[in-house]
Amino acid sequence: MFQTIMNNLSLWALPSIILLILTMGLVKKVPLYEVFTDGAKDGFKVAVNIIPYLVAIIVGISMFRACGIIEWIGQICAPMLAIFNVPADTIPIMIVRSLSGSAALGVFSDIANSTDVNSYAVKLAAIMVGSSETTFYVLAVYFGAVGISKLRYALLVGLLADIIGIVAAILVCNLMF
Amino acid sequence: MNYIFYFLITVSIVAGAINGKLTDVVNAILSGAELSVKVAFSLIGIMAFWLGMMKIAKECGLIEIIAKIIKPITKRLFNEIPEDSPAIGDIAMSFSANAFGLTNAATPIGIKAMEELQKQNIDKQSASNAMCLFLAMNTAGFQLIPATVIAVLIGVGYPNPTEIIAPTLLVTTIAFLSAIFMAKIIQKYWNPQTATNIISNEEDECSKQ
Repeated sequence: MFQTIMNNLSLWALPSIILLILTMGLVKKVPLYEVFTDGAKDGFKVAVNIIPYLVAIIVGISMFRACGIIEWIGQICAPMLAIFNVPADTIPIMIVRSLSGSAALGVFSDIANSTDVNSYAVKLAAIMVGSSETTFYVLAVYFGAVGISKLRYALLVGLLADIIGIVAAILVCNLMF
Repeated sequence: MNYIFYFLITVSIVAGAINGKLTDVVNAILSGAELSVKVAFSLIGIMAFWLGMMKIAKECGLIEIIAKIIKPITKRLFNEIPEDSPAIGDIAMSFSANAFGLTNAATPIGIKAMEELQKQNIDKQSASNAMCLFLAMNTAGFQLIPATVIAVLIGVGYPNPTEIIAPTLLVTTIAFLSAIFMAKIIQKYWNPQTATNIISNEEDECSKQ
């Protein structure tokens, strides 16, 4: 029941927003086409503006992922996390999920495909990937678009929230499965 | 950002050298640079679409209405932003788009919200408290349904994929609330922004002329 409601909600969310915006615009006599194209003009500009910031962050992260240090951290953390019932397979997800969404999803697919689907590792990995957003990507895109280079405490908060998310995922998973 | 950038690249090169993965690290420069342009260019179309939609939503007063509905919350969270600022409405729209997992819509709208916040910012190069808070809300990735993860689970034949919705929602809510909480607490102890940067930049430009 809950499931069907949720599925329908996600299916209809986008179309209804668009319908609402356009209908209300028509009712209020907004020149829809002109206003739309006028607003859309900035799309290219914004996308091009963020390229330098994206290059800096994504190149840095790609290099970081390629150098093998994530495996080191994983090996160091594994015995500690084993106490809390955390399978070693899921450790790369914890490290990578703030850096790269596609990488986290990749590791998750790997785990799901290579181990027993009903295993604890799959559940924990699913929750950790599903509950996270790629902090560094969001940072590069959002701050890049407006030219912010001094982050102040933004990254600190983002990473602390990621750590809390990981701890919460481990706790919730321990309690529920 | 300077230190993070330096740290990421230097550590990668040193660790890559120790691990004998230096070729991989060098190749990652190329693939990373390529990927960034791909990401940026893939944003152009959808960015244009949602910026166009948002402009209509703004002209017809819809954003104002949404902003009014969530005012009690945003007034407390974004107390440094004037209540009638268009940023509030954009923040609300971006949050809703994120919650419904509409990443395609959430990013353009979020960027627009950032632009509105930048207008209120006293130092255009550093992030204002409101910007840090908005970013914190976004990095926590609040989402009602983790659609991609469920798709992967269905793909591998997981017996009951929707059972992860509730725990995921619980975890993401905890992370989201703590992000807001931490942003608010750290903001009190962090050095406040000063407007000096703008002035010194203007002076630089004046002296150049």
